[in-house]
Amino acid sequence: MIELENVAYSYGGGELLSDISLKLAPGSFHFLTGPSGAGKTTLMRLCYGALLPTAGHVRLFGADARGLSRDDIAVVRRRVGVVHQDVQFLNHLSVTENIALPLTVSGRHSEAKGGDLDELMSWVGLTNRADAMPPELSGGERQRAALARAVIVSPDVVLADEPTGNVDWEMSQRLLRLLIELNKMGKTVLIATHDLSLIRATKAHVQARVLRIANRRIQLAGADL
Amino acid sequence: MKFDLATLRALIAGDHHADRVVPPSGFTAQLTVFAAAAMAFLAVFALALSLAAGRLAERWGEELARSATIRIVAPLDQRAAQTDAALRILETTKGVASARALSDAEQQALLAPWFGADLALDSLPVPRLIEVIEDSDGMDPAGLRLRLAAEVPGAVLDDHSRWRAPLVQAASRLRLLGWVSIALITTAVAAMITLAANAALAANAQVIAVLRLVGATDEYIALAFIRRFTLRALSGAAGGAALGMLAVLLLPSASETGGFLTGLGFKGAHWLWPICIPILAGIVAFAATRAAARRTLRELA
Repeated sequence: MIELENVAYSYGGGELLSDISLKLAPGSFHFLTGPSGAGKTTLMRLCYGALLPTAGHVRLFGADARGLSRDDIAVVRRRVGVVHQDVQFLNHLSVTENIALPLTVSGRHSEAKGGDLDELMSWVGLTNRADAMPPELSGGERQRAALARAVIVSPDVVLADEPTGNVDWEMSQRLLRLLIELNKMGKTVLIATHDLSLIRATKAHVQARVLRIANRRIQLAGADL
Repeated sequence: MKFDLATLRALIAGDHHADRVVPPSGFTAQLTVFAAAAMAFLAVFALALSLAAGRLAERWGEELARSATIRIVAPLDQRAAQTDAALRILETTKGVASARALSDAEQQALLAPWFGADLALDSLPVPRLIEVIEDSDGMDPAGLRLRLAAEVPGAVLDDHSRWRAPLVQAASRLRLLGWVSIALITTAVAAMITLAANAALAANAQVIAVLRLVGATDEYIALAFIRRFTLRALSGAAGGAALGMLAVLLLPSASETGGFLTGLGFKGAHWLWPICIPILAGIVAFAATRAAARRTLRELA
Protein backbone atom coordinates (compact mmCIF):
# COMPACT_ATOMS: atom_id res chain seq x y z
CA MET A 1 0.00 0.00 0.00
CA ILE A 2 2.50 2.55 1.23
CA GLU A 3 6.14 1.68 0.94
CA LEU A 4 9.27 3.66 1.69
CA GLU A 5 12.52 2.34 0.32
CA ASN A 6 15.87 3.80 1.47
CA VAL A 7 14.19 7.18 1.85
CA ALA A 8 16.10 10.27 2.91
CA TYR A 9 14.70 13.73 3.42
CA SER A 10 16.74 16.89 3.79
CA TYR A 11 15.58 20.39 4.57
CA GLY A 12 17.57 23.62 4.93
CA GLY A 13 20.88 21.86 4.38
CA GLY A 14 20.34 19.27 7.14
CA GLU A 15 19.22 15.67 6.74
CA LEU A 16 16.10 14.94 8.80
CA LEU A 17 15.60 11.35 7.74
CA SER A 18 18.11 8.88 6.37
CA ASP A 19 17.85 5.43 4.81
CA ILE A 20 14.27 4.83 5.95
CA SER A 21 12.57 1.68 4.75
CA LEU A 22 9.02 0.96 5.80
CA LYS A 23 6.11 -1.01 4.44
CA LEU A 24 2.54 -0.46 5.57
CA ALA A 25 0.79 -3.68 4.61
CA PRO A 26 -3.02 -3.85 4.31
CA GLY A 27 -4.71 -4.18 7.72
CA SER A 28 -1.53 -3.58 9.73
CA PHE A 29 -1.25 -1.38 12.80
CA HIS A 30 1.90 0.67 13.44
CA PHE A 31 3.09 3.10 16.04
CA LEU A 32 5.76 5.59 15.13
CA THR A 33 7.52 6.96 18.13
CA GLY A 34 10.54 9.03 18.94
CA PRO A 35 11.47 12.32 20.62
CA SER A 36 10.05 15.65 19.47
CA GLY A 37 11.77 16.84 16.32
CA ALA A 38 12.91 13.32 15.38
CA GLY A 39 11.02 13.51 12.08
CA LYS A 40 7.75 11.67 12.85
CA THR A 41 5.59 14.32 11.16
CA THR A 42 7.97 14.50 8.18
CA LEU A 43 7.72 10.74 7.76
CA MET A 44 3.92 10.93 7.96
CA ARG A 45 3.88 13.68 5.31
CA LEU A 46 6.02 11.51 3.03
CA CYS A 47 3.40 8.78 3.45
CA TYR A 48 0.61 10.83 1.88
CA GLY A 49 2.53 12.72 -0.77
CA ALA A 50 2.70 16.07 1.01
CA LEU A 51 6.51 15.82 0.77
CA LEU A 52 8.77 14.10 -1.73
CA PRO A 53 11.93 12.29 -0.60
CA THR A 54 15.30 13.79 -1.48
CA ALA A 55 16.62 10.24 -1.96
CA GLY A 56 15.07 6.80 -2.21
CA HIS A 57 11.53 5.95 -3.26
CA VAL A 58 8.08 6.38 -1.79
CA ARG A 59 5.47 4.17 -3.38
CA LEU A 60 1.86 5.15 -2.81
CA PHE A 61 -0.49 2.34 -3.82
CA GLY A 62 2.09 1.04 -6.27
CA ALA A 63 3.02 4.35 -7.89
CA ASP A 64 6.28 6.22 -7.28
CA ALA A 65 5.35 9.48 -5.55
CA ARG A 66 7.82 11.42 -7.71
CA GLY A 67 5.88 10.49 -10.84
CA LEU A 68 2.51 11.58 -9.49
CA SER A 69 0.90 14.85 -10.61
CA ARG A 70 -0.84 17.08 -8.08
CA ASP A 71 -4.18 15.64 -9.25
CA ASP A 72 -2.83 12.11 -8.73
CA ILE A 73 -1.78 13.10 -5.20
CA ALA A 74 -5.32 14.37 -4.59
CA VAL A 75 -6.67 10.96 -5.58
CA VAL A 76 -4.15 9.28 -3.24
CA ARG A 77 -5.40 11.45 -0.38
CA ARG A 78 -8.90 10.08 -0.87
CA ARG A 79 -7.41 6.70 0.02
CA VAL A 80 -5.43 8.00 2.99
CA GLY A 81 -7.26 9.60 5.91
CA VAL A 82 -5.06 12.00 7.84
CA VAL A 83 -5.53 13.28 11.40
CA HIS A 84 -3.15 15.95 12.70
CA GLN A 85 -2.57 17.13 16.24
CA ASP A 86 -3.39 20.69 15.17
CA VAL A 87 -6.38 19.76 13.11
CA GLN A 88 -7.69 22.45 10.74
CA PHE A 89 -11.31 22.91 9.74
CA LEU A 90 -13.15 25.33 7.50
CA ASN A 91 -14.55 27.62 10.17
CA HIS A 92 -17.42 28.90 8.00
CA LEU A 93 -18.86 25.40 7.65
CA SER A 94 -20.63 23.39 10.34
CA VAL A 95 -19.08 20.30 11.92
CA THR A 96 -21.19 18.05 9.71
CA GLU A 97 -20.21 19.93 6.57
CA ASN A 98 -16.55 19.71 7.58
CA ILE A 99 -16.79 15.99 8.18
CA ALA A 100 -18.48 15.57 4.79
CA LEU A 101 -15.83 17.68 3.03
CA PRO A 102 -13.90 14.71 1.52
CA LEU A 103 -17.16 13.57 -0.10
CA THR A 104 -17.95 17.11 -1.29
CA VAL A 105 -14.58 17.64 -2.98
CA SER A 106 -14.76 14.27 -4.70
CA GLY A 107 -18.22 15.00 -6.15
CA ARG A 108 -20.00 12.54 -3.83
CA HIS A 109 -21.84 15.02 -1.64
CA SER A 110 -25.15 13.18 -2.09
CA GLU A 111 -23.63 10.34 -0.02
CA ALA A 112 -23.26 12.73 2.91
CA LYS A 113 -26.97 12.59 3.60
CA GLY A 114 -28.77 9.91 5.46
CA GLY A 115 -27.89 7.01 7.69
CA ASP A 116 -24.18 6.60 6.99
CA LEU A 117 -23.29 10.11 8.10
CA ASP A 118 -25.55 9.86 11.17
CA GLU A 119 -23.91 6.56 12.04
CA LEU A 120 -20.46 8.08 11.68
CA MET A 121 -21.41 11.08 13.83
CA SER A 122 -22.76 8.69 16.43
CA TRP A 123 -19.60 6.52 16.21
CA VAL A 124 -17.37 9.48 17.10
CA GLY A 125 -19.91 10.77 19.63
CA LEU A 126 -20.68 14.07 17.91
CA THR A 127 -24.37 13.62 17.10
CA ASN A 128 -25.37 16.48 19.36
CA ARG A 129 -22.63 18.74 17.90
CA ALA A 130 -23.58 18.25 14.25
CA ASP A 131 -24.65 21.84 13.66
CA ALA A 132 -21.95 23.45 15.81
CA MET A 133 -19.22 25.52 14.18
CA PRO A 134 -15.60 24.28 14.55
CA PRO A 135 -14.43 27.06 16.92
CA GLU A 136 -17.13 25.92 19.37
CA LEU A 137 -15.61 22.43 19.71
CA SER A 138 -13.38 21.27 22.55
CA GLY A 139 -9.98 19.69 21.85
CA GLY A 140 -11.34 16.14 22.11
CA GLU A 141 -14.33 16.95 19.92
CA ARG A 142 -12.03 18.46 17.30
CA GLN A 143 -9.91 15.30 17.21
CA ARG A 144 -12.98 13.08 16.90
CA ALA A 145 -14.38 15.30 14.15
CA ALA A 146 -11.01 15.09 12.38
CA LEU A 147 -11.09 11.31 12.66
CA ALA A 148 -14.64 11.20 11.27
CA ARG A 149 -13.54 13.46 8.38
CA ALA A 150 -10.53 11.20 7.74
CA VAL A 151 -12.60 8.02 7.47
CA ILE A 152 -15.80 9.23 5.79
CA VAL A 153 -14.58 8.19 2.34
CA SER A 154 -13.60 4.79 3.75
CA PRO A 155 -9.87 5.14 3.09
CA ASP A 156 -7.49 2.20 2.98
CA VAL A 157 -5.02 3.85 5.35
CA VAL A 158 -5.44 6.12 8.38
CA LEU A 159 -2.46 8.24 9.42
CA ALA A 160 -2.79 9.92 12.81
CA ASP A 161 -0.07 12.36 13.84
CA GLU A 162 -0.14 12.86 17.64
CA PRO A 163 -3.93 12.48 17.67
CA THR A 164 -4.04 12.55 21.46
CA GLY A 165 -1.59 15.41 21.93
CA ASN A 166 -4.22 17.97 22.91
CA VAL A 167 -6.67 15.80 24.86
CA ASP A 168 -6.90 14.31 28.35
CA TRP A 169 -6.23 10.64 29.14
CA GLU A 170 -9.88 9.57 28.99
CA MET A 171 -10.34 11.18 25.60
CA SER A 172 -7.08 9.71 24.32
CA GLN A 173 -8.36 6.24 25.24
CA ARG A 174 -11.60 6.91 23.45
CA LEU A 175 -9.74 8.02 20.30
CA LEU A 176 -7.48 4.99 20.52
CA ARG A 177 -10.51 2.68 20.72
CA LEU A 178 -11.87 4.30 17.54
CA LEU A 179 -8.56 3.75 15.73
CA ILE A 180 -8.44 0.12 16.89
CA GLU A 181 -11.99 -0.36 15.61
CA LEU A 182 -10.92 1.02 12.25
CA ASN A 183 -8.04 -1.44 12.14
CA LYS A 184 -10.42 -4.28 12.93
CA MET A 185 -12.48 -3.13 9.95
CA GLY A 186 -9.41 -3.81 7.83
CA LYS A 187 -7.90 -0.34 7.66
CA THR A 188 -4.15 0.15 7.87
CA VAL A 189 -3.36 2.44 10.79
CA LEU A 190 -0.18 4.39 11.53
CA ILE A 191 -0.09 6.49 14.68
CA ALA A 192 2.78 8.85 15.41
CA THR A 193 3.06 9.48 19.13
CA HIS A 194 5.58 9.96 21.88
CA ASP A 195 3.00 8.79 24.46
CA LEU A 196 4.16 5.28 25.48
CA SER A 197 1.07 4.71 27.66
CA LEU A 198 -0.99 4.88 24.50
CA ILE A 199 1.10 2.11 22.99
CA ARG A 200 0.80 -0.01 26.11
CA ALA A 201 -2.96 0.48 26.20
CA THR A 202 -3.21 -0.89 22.67
CA LYS A 203 -1.50 -4.13 23.64
CA ALA A 204 -4.60 -5.86 24.86
CA HIS A 205 -6.63 -5.14 21.74
CA VAL A 206 -4.48 -5.41 18.65
CA GLN A 207 -1.15 -6.59 17.35
CA ALA A 208 0.87 -3.51 16.55
CA ARG A 209 4.41 -2.80 15.44
CA VAL A 210 6.31 -0.05 17.17
CA LEU A 211 8.80 1.85 15.08
CA ARG A 212 11.15 4.32 16.67
CA ILE A 213 12.92 7.13 14.88
CA ALA A 214 16.31 7.92 16.36
CA ASN A 215 19.35 9.51 14.78
CA ARG A 216 17.40 10.08 11.54
CA ARG A 217 16.83 6.34 11.10
CA ILE A 218 13.98 4.00 11.88
CA GLN A 219 14.39 1.19 14.34
CA LEU A 220 12.11 -1.57 15.49
CA ALA A 221 11.48 -0.62 19.11
CA GLY A 222 10.93 -4.10 20.33
CA ALA A 223 8.86 -7.21 19.86
CA ASP A 224 5.34 -6.86 18.48
CA LEU A 225 3.00 -5.81 21.23
CA MET B 1 -4.75 21.74 -14.12
CA LYS B 2 -6.62 21.30 -17.39
CA PHE B 3 -9.85 22.93 -18.51
CA ASP B 4 -12.05 21.04 -20.95
CA LEU B 5 -15.72 21.14 -21.93
CA ALA B 6 -16.72 19.28 -18.77
CA THR B 7 -14.96 21.93 -16.69
CA LEU B 8 -16.72 24.70 -18.60
CA ARG B 9 -20.05 22.94 -18.08
CA ALA B 10 -19.30 22.65 -14.35
CA LEU B 11 -18.44 26.34 -14.27
CA ILE B 12 -21.73 27.34 -15.89
CA ALA B 13 -23.92 24.85 -14.05
CA GLY B 14 -22.31 25.59 -10.71
CA ASP B 15 -22.16 23.47 -7.60
CA HIS B 16 -23.71 24.85 -4.45
CA HIS B 17 -21.50 22.73 -2.22
CA ALA B 18 -18.32 23.58 -4.12
CA ASP B 19 -19.22 27.28 -3.95
CA ARG B 20 -19.50 27.02 -0.17
CA VAL B 21 -16.02 25.62 0.46
CA VAL B 22 -14.49 29.06 -0.08
CA PRO B 23 -15.53 31.46 2.70
CA PRO B 24 -17.70 34.42 1.73
CA SER B 25 -15.66 37.61 1.36
CA GLY B 26 -18.34 40.27 1.95
CA PHE B 27 -17.12 43.81 1.34
CA THR B 28 -14.39 42.93 -1.19
CA ALA B 29 -16.94 41.00 -3.23
CA GLN B 30 -19.10 44.13 -3.44
CA LEU B 31 -16.06 46.17 -4.54
CA THR B 32 -15.38 43.73 -7.38
CA VAL B 33 -18.99 43.92 -8.53
CA PHE B 34 -18.95 47.73 -8.33
CA ALA B 35 -15.64 48.04 -10.22
CA ALA B 36 -16.91 45.71 -12.95
CA ALA B 37 -20.13 47.74 -13.20
CA ALA B 38 -18.24 51.05 -13.47
CA MET B 39 -15.91 49.66 -16.13
CA ALA B 40 -18.83 48.30 -18.15
CA PHE B 41 -20.62 51.66 -17.92
CA LEU B 42 -17.52 53.40 -19.33
CA ALA B 43 -17.10 50.70 -21.98
CA VAL B 44 -20.64 51.35 -23.26
CA PHE B 45 -19.75 55.01 -23.85
CA ALA B 46 -16.45 54.14 -25.48
CA LEU B 47 -18.34 51.73 -27.72
CA ALA B 48 -20.98 54.37 -28.58
CA LEU B 49 -18.22 56.86 -29.41
CA SER B 50 -16.38 54.37 -31.55
CA LEU B 51 -19.45 53.25 -33.49
CA ALA B 52 -20.70 56.84 -34.00
CA ALA B 53 -17.26 57.94 -35.21
CA GLY B 54 -17.20 54.96 -37.54
CA ARG B 55 -20.57 55.91 -39.00
CA LEU B 56 -19.41 59.49 -39.44
CA ALA B 57 -16.18 58.49 -41.18
CA GLU B 58 -18.10 56.21 -43.50
CA ARG B 59 -20.71 58.84 -44.34
CA TRP B 60 -18.19 61.59 -44.96
CA GLY B 61 -16.03 59.25 -46.99
CA GLU B 62 -18.92 58.04 -49.15
CA GLU B 63 -20.58 61.41 -49.67
CA LEU B 64 -17.46 63.33 -50.53
CA ALA B 65 -15.24 60.79 -52.17
CA ARG B 66 -17.20 60.55 -55.44
CA SER B 67 -18.02 64.17 -56.04
CA ALA B 68 -16.20 67.34 -57.12
CA THR B 69 -17.17 70.93 -57.92
CA ILE B 70 -16.03 73.25 -60.68
CA ARG B 71 -16.40 77.01 -60.13
CA ILE B 72 -16.62 79.18 -63.24
CA VAL B 73 -15.30 82.61 -62.27
CA ALA B 74 -15.68 84.79 -65.34
CA PRO B 75 -17.29 88.08 -66.40
CA LEU B 76 -21.06 87.78 -66.74
CA ASP B 77 -21.02 87.84 -70.55
CA GLN B 78 -18.51 84.95 -70.72
CA ARG B 79 -19.85 82.81 -67.88
CA ALA B 80 -22.38 80.81 -69.91
CA ALA B 81 -19.89 80.09 -72.68
CA GLN B 82 -17.21 78.95 -70.26
CA THR B 83 -19.75 76.80 -68.41
CA ASP B 84 -20.71 75.07 -71.66
CA ALA B 85 -17.05 74.58 -72.51
CA ALA B 86 -16.35 73.04 -69.12
CA LEU B 87 -19.35 70.69 -69.48
CA ARG B 88 -18.10 69.61 -72.92
CA ILE B 89 -14.70 68.79 -71.47
CA LEU B 90 -16.34 66.84 -68.65
CA GLU B 91 -18.38 64.80 -71.16
CA THR B 92 -15.15 63.46 -72.61
CA THR B 93 -13.28 63.10 -69.32
CA LYS B 94 -12.63 59.53 -68.25
CA GLY B 95 -14.00 58.71 -64.80
CA VAL B 96 -16.80 61.29 -64.84
CA ALA B 97 -20.22 59.68 -64.52
CA SER B 98 -22.26 62.89 -64.80
CA ALA B 99 -21.84 66.62 -64.63
CA ARG B 100 -24.39 69.43 -64.50
CA ALA B 101 -24.41 73.15 -63.85
CA LEU B 102 -26.40 74.20 -60.84
CA SER B 103 -29.45 76.31 -61.66
CA ASP B 104 -29.90 79.84 -60.31
CA ALA B 105 -32.50 78.52 -57.88
CA GLU B 106 -30.12 75.89 -56.52
CA GLN B 107 -27.31 78.41 -56.11
CA GLN B 108 -29.71 80.81 -54.43
CA ALA B 109 -30.72 78.06 -51.99
CA LEU B 110 -27.07 77.39 -51.17
CA LEU B 111 -26.48 81.06 -50.34
CA ALA B 112 -29.80 81.64 -48.59
CA PRO B 113 -28.46 80.84 -45.07
CA TRP B 114 -26.01 83.74 -45.37
CA PHE B 115 -27.72 86.28 -47.68
CA GLY B 116 -31.39 85.49 -47.28
CA ALA B 117 -33.90 83.99 -49.69
CA ASP B 118 -34.37 87.18 -51.76
CA LEU B 119 -30.83 87.41 -53.02
CA ALA B 120 -30.55 88.57 -56.64
CA LEU B 121 -27.68 86.54 -58.11
CA ASP B 122 -27.23 89.04 -60.93
CA SER B 123 -26.22 91.75 -58.47
CA LEU B 124 -23.25 89.75 -57.12
CA PRO B 125 -20.20 88.25 -58.84
CA VAL B 126 -21.26 84.75 -57.86
CA PRO B 127 -19.42 82.03 -59.81
CA ARG B 128 -21.41 79.36 -61.65
CA LEU B 129 -21.08 75.95 -59.99
CA ILE B 130 -20.83 72.63 -61.82
CA GLU B 131 -21.45 69.46 -59.84
CA VAL B 132 -19.31 66.53 -61.00
CA ILE B 133 -20.12 62.93 -60.01
CA GLU B 134 -17.37 60.41 -60.55
CA ASP B 135 -17.87 56.80 -61.57
CA SER B 136 -16.44 53.88 -59.65
CA ASP B 137 -13.02 54.19 -61.37
CA GLY B 138 -12.67 57.84 -60.35
CA MET B 139 -11.23 60.64 -62.46
CA ASP B 140 -7.75 62.11 -62.70
CA PRO B 141 -8.10 65.56 -61.07
CA ALA B 142 -4.60 66.72 -62.14
CA GLY B 143 -5.28 65.92 -65.82
CA LEU B 144 -8.68 67.58 -65.69
CA ARG B 145 -7.15 70.71 -64.12
CA LEU B 146 -4.66 70.98 -66.99
CA ARG B 147 -7.38 70.64 -69.61
CA LEU B 148 -9.60 73.21 -67.89
CA ALA B 149 -6.67 75.63 -67.54
CA ALA B 150 -6.06 75.38 -71.27
CA GLU B 151 -9.63 75.67 -72.49
CA VAL B 152 -11.67 77.30 -69.70
CA PRO B 153 -9.51 79.95 -68.00
CA GLY B 154 -12.18 80.82 -65.42
CA ALA B 155 -12.67 77.22 -64.19
CA VAL B 156 -11.42 76.12 -60.79
CA LEU B 157 -11.69 72.40 -59.89
CA ASP B 158 -12.30 71.51 -56.25
CA ASP B 159 -12.22 67.73 -55.70
CA HIS B 160 -12.96 68.16 -51.89
CA SER B 161 -9.77 66.32 -50.98
CA ARG B 162 -8.36 69.36 -49.23
CA TRP B 163 -10.95 69.26 -46.46
CA ARG B 164 -12.32 65.75 -46.85
CA ALA B 165 -9.14 63.93 -45.84
CA PRO B 166 -8.66 65.61 -42.43
CA LEU B 167 -12.35 65.08 -41.56
CA VAL B 168 -12.31 61.42 -42.44
CA GLN B 169 -8.97 61.02 -40.65
CA ALA B 170 -10.34 62.75 -37.54
CA ALA B 171 -13.40 60.48 -37.50
CA SER B 172 -11.22 57.41 -38.01
CA ARG B 173 -8.92 58.47 -35.19
CA LEU B 174 -11.94 59.00 -32.94
CA ARG B 175 -13.12 55.50 -33.77
CA LEU B 176 -9.67 54.12 -32.99
CA LEU B 177 -9.63 56.05 -29.72
CA GLY B 178 -12.93 54.40 -28.76
CA TRP B 179 -11.53 50.92 -29.40
CA VAL B 180 -8.30 51.75 -27.55
CA SER B 181 -10.44 52.89 -24.60
CA ILE B 182 -12.32 49.57 -24.64
CA ALA B 183 -9.01 47.69 -24.75
CA LEU B 184 -7.71 49.72 -21.81
CA ILE B 185 -10.92 49.15 -19.84
CA THR B 186 -10.63 45.39 -20.55
CA THR B 187 -7.02 45.41 -19.35
CA ALA B 188 -8.00 47.35 -16.23
CA VAL B 189 -10.75 44.79 -15.48
CA ALA B 190 -8.22 41.97 -15.92
CA ALA B 191 -5.76 43.73 -13.58
CA MET B 192 -8.45 44.44 -11.00
CA ILE B 193 -9.76 40.84 -11.05
CA THR B 194 -6.20 39.48 -10.87
CA LEU B 195 -5.46 41.60 -7.80
CA ALA B 196 -8.73 40.63 -6.13
CA ALA B 197 -8.26 36.93 -6.96
CA ASN B 198 -4.66 36.97 -5.73
CA ALA B 199 -5.77 38.58 -2.48
CA ALA B 200 -8.58 36.04 -2.06
CA LEU B 201 -6.29 33.09 -2.77
CA ALA B 202 -3.61 34.36 -0.39
CA ALA B 203 -6.17 35.01 2.34
CA ASN B 204 -7.50 31.47 1.91
CA ALA B 205 -4.18 29.60 1.97
CA GLN B 206 -5.36 27.72 5.06
CA VAL B 207 -8.62 26.75 3.35
CA ILE B 208 -6.66 25.52 0.34
CA ALA B 209 -4.42 23.42 2.63
CA VAL B 210 -7.47 21.80 4.24
CA LEU B 211 -9.10 21.14 0.86
CA ARG B 212 -5.92 19.51 -0.43
CA LEU B 213 -5.61 17.40 2.70
CA VAL B 214 -9.08 15.94 2.13
CA GLY B 215 -8.39 15.16 -1.53
CA ALA B 216 -9.51 18.21 -3.51
CA THR B 217 -7.83 18.57 -6.89
CA ASP B 218 -6.33 21.88 -7.98
CA GLU B 219 -9.03 22.11 -10.63
CA TYR B 220 -11.75 21.82 -8.00
CA ILE B 221 -10.15 24.50 -5.82
CA ALA B 222 -9.46 26.80 -8.77
CA LEU B 223 -13.02 26.42 -10.08
CA ALA B 224 -14.45 27.52 -6.74
CA PHE B 225 -12.53 30.81 -7.05
CA ILE B 226 -12.95 31.18 -10.83
CA ARG B 227 -16.71 30.72 -10.64
CA ARG B 228 -16.99 33.25 -7.84
CA PHE B 229 -15.00 35.98 -9.63
CA THR B 230 -16.49 35.26 -13.06
CA LEU B 231 -20.02 35.60 -11.68
CA ARG B 232 -19.12 38.81 -9.84
CA ALA B 233 -17.61 40.37 -12.97
CA LEU B 234 -20.49 39.13 -15.12
CA SER B 235 -23.22 40.44 -12.83
CA GLY B 236 -21.46 43.76 -12.16
CA ALA B 237 -20.75 44.31 -15.86
CA ALA B 238 -24.33 43.39 -16.80
CA GLY B 239 -25.67 46.05 -14.41
CA GLY B 240 -23.14 48.65 -15.57
CA ALA B 241 -23.79 47.94 -19.25
CA ALA B 242 -27.56 48.15 -18.72
CA LEU B 243 -27.17 51.55 -17.02
CA GLY B 244 -24.82 52.70 -19.79
CA MET B 245 -27.31 51.67 -22.49
CA LEU B 246 -30.06 53.51 -20.65
CA ALA B 247 -27.90 56.64 -20.46
CA VAL B 248 -27.12 56.43 -24.19
CA LEU B 249 -30.81 55.91 -24.92
CA LEU B 250 -31.63 59.10 -23.02
CA LEU B 251 -29.16 61.18 -25.06
CA PRO B 252 -30.82 63.68 -27.49
CA SER B 253 -31.56 62.08 -30.85
CA ALA B 254 -29.42 62.90 -33.87
CA SER B 255 -30.18 66.17 -35.67
CA GLU B 256 -28.56 68.22 -38.41
CA THR B 257 -27.96 71.17 -36.10
CA GLY B 258 -26.62 69.04 -33.27
CA GLY B 259 -24.00 67.50 -35.50
CA PHE B 260 -21.81 64.72 -34.16
CA LEU B 261 -22.69 65.06 -30.47
CA THR B 262 -26.37 64.27 -30.91
CA GLY B 263 -25.46 61.36 -33.16
CA LEU B 264 -23.55 59.68 -30.31
CA GLY B 265 -25.41 56.44 -29.70
CA PHE B 266 -26.33 53.12 -31.17
CA LYS B 267 -28.33 52.52 -34.32
CA GLY B 268 -30.14 49.32 -35.29
CA ALA B 269 -28.07 46.21 -34.78
CA HIS B 270 -25.41 48.25 -33.01
CA TRP B 271 -27.61 47.98 -29.88
CA LEU B 272 -26.50 44.35 -29.68
CA TRP B 273 -22.87 45.33 -29.22
CA PRO B 274 -23.13 46.47 -25.57
CA ILE B 275 -24.55 43.03 -24.71
CA CYS B 276 -21.07 41.69 -25.51
CA ILE B 277 -19.54 43.80 -22.72
CA PRO B 278 -20.69 41.62 -19.75
CA ILE B 279 -19.75 38.50 -21.71
CA LEU B 280 -16.30 39.99 -22.37
CA ALA B 281 -16.01 40.92 -18.66
CA GLY B 282 -16.90 37.34 -17.72
CA ILE B 283 -14.32 35.90 -20.11
CA VAL B 284 -11.66 38.32 -18.83
CA ALA B 285 -12.51 37.48 -15.20
CA PHE B 286 -12.40 33.76 -15.99
CA ALA B 287 -8.98 34.04 -17.64
CA ALA B 288 -7.53 36.37 -14.99
CA THR B 289 -8.76 34.25 -12.06
CA ARG B 290 -7.64 31.04 -13.73
CA ALA B 291 -4.13 32.44 -14.27
CA ALA B 292 -3.98 33.73 -10.67
CA ALA B 293 -5.30 30.42 -9.28
CA ARG B 294 -2.83 28.34 -11.30
CA ARG B 295 0.08 30.48 -10.15
CA THR B 296 -0.97 30.52 -6.48
CA LEU B 297 -1.78 26.81 -6.31
CA ARG B 298 1.59 26.01 -7.89
CA GLU B 299 3.33 28.21 -5.32
CA LEU B 300 1.37 26.65 -2.44
CA ALA B 301 2.13 23.09 -3.58
